[in-house]
Amino acid sequence: MKRAFISFLCGLVFGAGLIVSQMTNPEKVIGFLDVSGDWDPSLALVMVGAVVVFALAYRLALRRHVPLFDERFLPPEKATVERPLIIGSLMFGVGWGIAGFCPGPALVSSGFGDPRVWAFVAAMMVGILLFRTTRRSS
Amino acid sequence: MNIVNFTPVAALTGGAIIGLAAAAMWWLLGRISGISGILGNAIGARGPDLGWRLAFIAGLLTAGVLTAVIFPGEIHFDMESGYLRAILAGLLVGFGTQLGSGCTSGHGVCGISRLSLRSMAATVSFMAAGILTVFVMRQVL
Repeated sequence: MKRAFISFLCGLVFGAGLIVSQMTNPEKVIGFLDVSGDWDPSLALVMVGAVVVFALAYRLALRRHVPLFDERFLPPEKATVERPLIIGSLMFGVGWGIAGFCPGPALVSSGFGDPRVWAFVAAMMVGILLFRTTRRSS
Repeated sequence: MNIVNFTPVAALTGGAIIGLAAAAMWWLLGRISGISGILGNAIGARGPDLGWRLAFIAGLLTAGVLTAVIFPGEIHFDMESGYLRAILAGLLVGFGTQLGSGCTSGHGVCGISRLSLRSMAATVSFMAAGILTVFVMRQVL
């Protein structure tokens, strides 16, 4: 219960950061990807801000042996660059460019009430389930 | 190329808030704030990790709803896509992030911060694909 409450607050703050940085605005994201036209560099600075803060926090935390409210730190296990990583990322990038949404901003802005965002989120869930099904059968 | 709509202060401030949230997840729960991973592992899953994953997603949704209710004037939202584009994009984002083990948060923010070569390769890939897609949509089609 405590872990869920902490996680809820982190999600709330994460979402607030996405709204403040305007990453929940799909045309702003597309404006960043549109390097050959009218370019909006904002997304790069969002990443700089987030990476600077998280990189410091990540290193500082490693001096402790365990997180404050859980048993162990769980960094991603895989470290190698393989084909599915690249193919999946390319597919994601195409979808990102088509609508200007990645998963976090889509979830947050689904609270703004535009039913097209709900359609995106629903299709994203279907995409996730499709991946699960293909993986199970192969 | 012209630079337009650049909002450096909002971008850096919002980015730092995102970094703080990811830092809190790491310090307090020892988890990486990768949203596609959290979502993918919450759908149809069970077990002790389901609760915090659903709670994180609920936090994201609540941030959107609360802002729409309390500060509707602060929301910047322009969307050109119709339903068809939104659905096509959603399918690609859902499937692609699972196959590629992450998205902008997990690879782009957390992975680059951890100096993960894997996440850097993923980030370069989805940025390049996104740039090329927008180029094709705006300049070719």
